[in-house]
Amino acid sequence: MITRRKLLMLLPAAALAWEYVLAGTPESAPGYNRNQHWWGMLLDIDKCIGCGSCVRACANENDVPEGYFRTWVERYHVSDWRQEVPQVDSPNGGKNGFPPSEAQGGKNFFVPKMCNHCVDSPCTQVCPVGATFHTPDSVVLVDDTYCLGCRYCIQACPYGCRFLHPIRRTAQKCTLCYHRITRGLTTACCENCPTGARQLADLKNPNDPIHEFLKTHSVQVLKPHLATGAKAFYHDLDGSVR
Amino acid sequence: MQVSKFKDAGHLVRLAIAFAVVFLVFLLIRAHFIPKSFGQYGHYRGDALAELSSKPVSYAGHQACEDCHGNVVSMKTGGKHTGVNCEACHGTLAKHVDNPALVTPQLPDTALLCPSCHEANIAKPKNFPQVMSARHSGGAVCKSCHQPHSPLLQPGGEQS
Repeated sequence: MITRRKLLMLLPAAALAWEYVLAGTPESAPGYNRNQHWWGMLLDIDKCIGCGSCVRACANENDVPEGYFRTWVERYHVSDWRQEVPQVDSPNGGKNGFPPSEAQGGKNFFVPKMCNHCVDSPCTQVCPVGATFHTPDSVVLVDDTYCLGCRYCIQACPYGCRFLHPIRRTAQKCTLCYHRITRGLTTACCENCPTGARQLADLKNPNDPIHEFLKTHSVQVLKPHLATGAKAFYHDLDGSVR
Repeated sequence: MQVSKFKDAGHLVRLAIAFAVVFLVFLLIRAHFIPKSFGQYGHYRGDALAELSSKPVSYAGHQACEDCHGNVVSMKTGGKHTGVNCEACHGTLAKHVDNPALVTPQLPDTALLCPSCHEANIAKPKNFPQVMSARHSGGAVCKSCHQPHSPLLQPGGEQS
């Protein structure tokens, strides 16, 4: 039988638990307002020379293990008679550039690939523990200390942008150099692209040249039919690119 | 003897107390294991954002280079390599920016560096300057004829 006394004894314990349930809010990064940015990237196929600078820069900046890539470059060869079946190669992710093409004729070009930082990203939706997420400034990140390594997100990404770190056994991907862009720097790949084929874009900044570019050029995202809200905008992307 | 309508109600109360205790223990365990910042911005640990932003940078960015090396900036301006940032050729230099006296960058070997962009390849844009380096220079290093910071403006040898 619960008495008034027993109830009074239970109340402090309940109050103690409630304090933990209503967790406190930690301080945010100084000098950077996450609500004032909406990040994406512009990739200009016409300017990419397949030098692999971006791949090397990404590996140097983010300690990407050898043989794994957060960004990589593909070389396409599209023959005149089979437009929808391109030949694609990417030796070591294009990290050391490309050897001379064996294919002759047709259409040949490079396509830099990376995480599309989708607004409605399939990868974040399948994470069972909330270790991967879409930030208020629209970057898809992985919480390395919270990831179980279940690989659901790796399967869910339609662009193949994730991998399991061979030593840490957690999912890893492009962070859009979150540690750089929150300090006012551009990403390592954009900083090192010699031709300006990659450009970081802040869609919430009205003075960002991306707005003028998107208005005046033909721009496409990869796999638009999946409605992932991809924000890697490709200029002059060929229809054969998957 | 009067029989109470609720004479066995004590069983139910004890069951309710047992449920309440289990629920309380669940709340305590849950509160212990869920990080405090979880749910701050969404279904993830809010502190992860600050942790990811606080990682050190390896590439200092061209603005940091330009603060000291104004002579190179003026040499590059207007030339073919105006848009090529310093670290694209010179490598990661954040440590050099932090301590210029102690950490000095190595000068890149132009015989290897230049072909990484300018070696001819059918997939490169047609308007991009390309050479077959073996035929073009006959083994001579690029900077013996081209000034790397402004390859077209000052032909005929290294300037400085």
